[in-house]
Amino acid sequence: MSKPKVSKPKVAFYWCASCGGCEEAVVDLAEDILTVADAVDIVFWPVALDFKKKDIEAMQDASIAVSFINGAIRTSEQEEMVNLLRKKSGLVVAFGSCAHLGGIPGLANFSDKAGIFERAYKLAPTVTNPDGIYPQTETQVPEGSLTLPVFYDTVKTVDQTIDVDYYLPGCAPPPDLILNAVTGILEGKLPGKGAVLAPDKSLCDTCPLAEYKPEKISIKDIKRPHEVVHDPEQCFLAEGIICLGPATRSGCGERCIKAGMPCRGCFGPTRDVKDMGTKVLTSIASLIGIETEEEMSEEELQKVLAKIVDPGGLFFMYSLPSSVLRRRRIK
Amino acid sequence: MNNDDNYGNNVPQIVAFCCNWCSYAGADAAGTSRLQTKPHFRIIRTMCSSRVEPDLIMEAFRKGAWGVLILGCHPGDCHYKNGNYKTDRRIRLLRKTLAQFGIEPERLRLDWVSASEGARFTRIVDETIEAVQKLGPLNLAVPCEVIHE
Repeated sequence: MSKPKVSKPKVAFYWCASCGGCEEAVVDLAEDILTVADAVDIVFWPVALDFKKKDIEAMQDASIAVSFINGAIRTSEQEEMVNLLRKKSGLVVAFGSCAHLGGIPGLANFSDKAGIFERAYKLAPTVTNPDGIYPQTETQVPEGSLTLPVFYDTVKTVDQTIDVDYYLPGCAPPPDLILNAVTGILEGKLPGKGAVLAPDKSLCDTCPLAEYKPEKISIKDIKRPHEVVHDPEQCFLAEGIICLGPATRSGCGERCIKAGMPCRGCFGPTRDVKDMGTKVLTSIASLIGIETEEEMSEEELQKVLAKIVDPGGLFFMYSLPSSVLRRRRIK
Repeated sequence: MNNDDNYGNNVPQIVAFCCNWCSYAGADAAGTSRLQTKPHFRIIRTMCSSRVEPDLIMEAFRKGAWGVLILGCHPGDCHYKNGNYKTDRRIRLLRKTLAQFGIEPERLRLDWVSASEGARFTRIVDETIEAVQKLGPLNLAVPCEVIHE
């Protein structure tokens, strides 16, 4: 090589309780990933590269420029790995809904370890387990003892586990926001610590259906997405389909809306909202029969509200671990 | 919130959100009429019952309230015309949601008290305190913070 080798900033990717979609999102950068790969040294990426935990342990503290961590924290192994990455990294970015808010794995907080194990290893229709054998943290076999990470009762967000510098929201984060974040980090052009690297507006502000939104939305009856055919020139809420757009941050590129599905809130709330689920609840409950609220009979109201069969799962779909109560009460 | 009284007994603690125009005045009327009520509640005055956002209720539970009481103007009497109708719908939906969080819906009560209904105010407060006394404390704060196996 004629040019002297300049050391490039080191970058790590890690996954915790996640589906792998966030890893896909990195690959979705398409040709742009080459620009990124050219500008940085990827030192850790379990899904794609063969580096081990000991490689990270051998590194100096804070020698990784930035670690992108996706997935929520539900096992002792994940907790240990994110603590290690925190120690070795200058910046930590919580990447995707699960790392940011708890995401879909966070819905497990409506249950606990015993409930999840029973469902997954005993009650699931595809499982036969008459002896009720469940995974153990430690198992003795003739050859010695086998261990598994500890499975916690409660799913946590990454920032409930370690200090987080930035958040990239979305399930999964869209390529343009990823690229903006990476470029921002490389060029040192970043907002203050703790910022969510996405616009701070509600989804309704940028929704392509906003132009069809009536002056005043009044939900007369609630319909679930599979019960009706959505009119592509109509606001979901005006059709009576619950959409979390009013309480969700924009920046996703309205992928669901364009595909004919209402928003489910993967981008999380805008900046100052403490509890996204109750914000959505407030907004939806206000809109129900708003134009006839004074005449609405008890039966009519109950009938409409009964159509929301799982308010917890719907309103807290992506944000349960980051909500005020965080989980179902442990008695 | 400290649930211990001066004698070290674990006593219930209710947060009562009262709207400025009817229920707070109703509580005042109970006081000026020297009506007796159980003491285990704290009033927070709000301009309207619909100002009590559900996240404030969640926060009250998280911080140790055994129950939350929301009192507003009677339907049709809202100072802001129809704020209490919205409160009604939100609280119904929230009670259903709370059940999913393992919190008994009886711990959250919405009722209407007008400015002249001092006796009604004391009755509702006493009933709510009795109801949560049967349920006991929530003890949420600890399981929420401590992550264990």
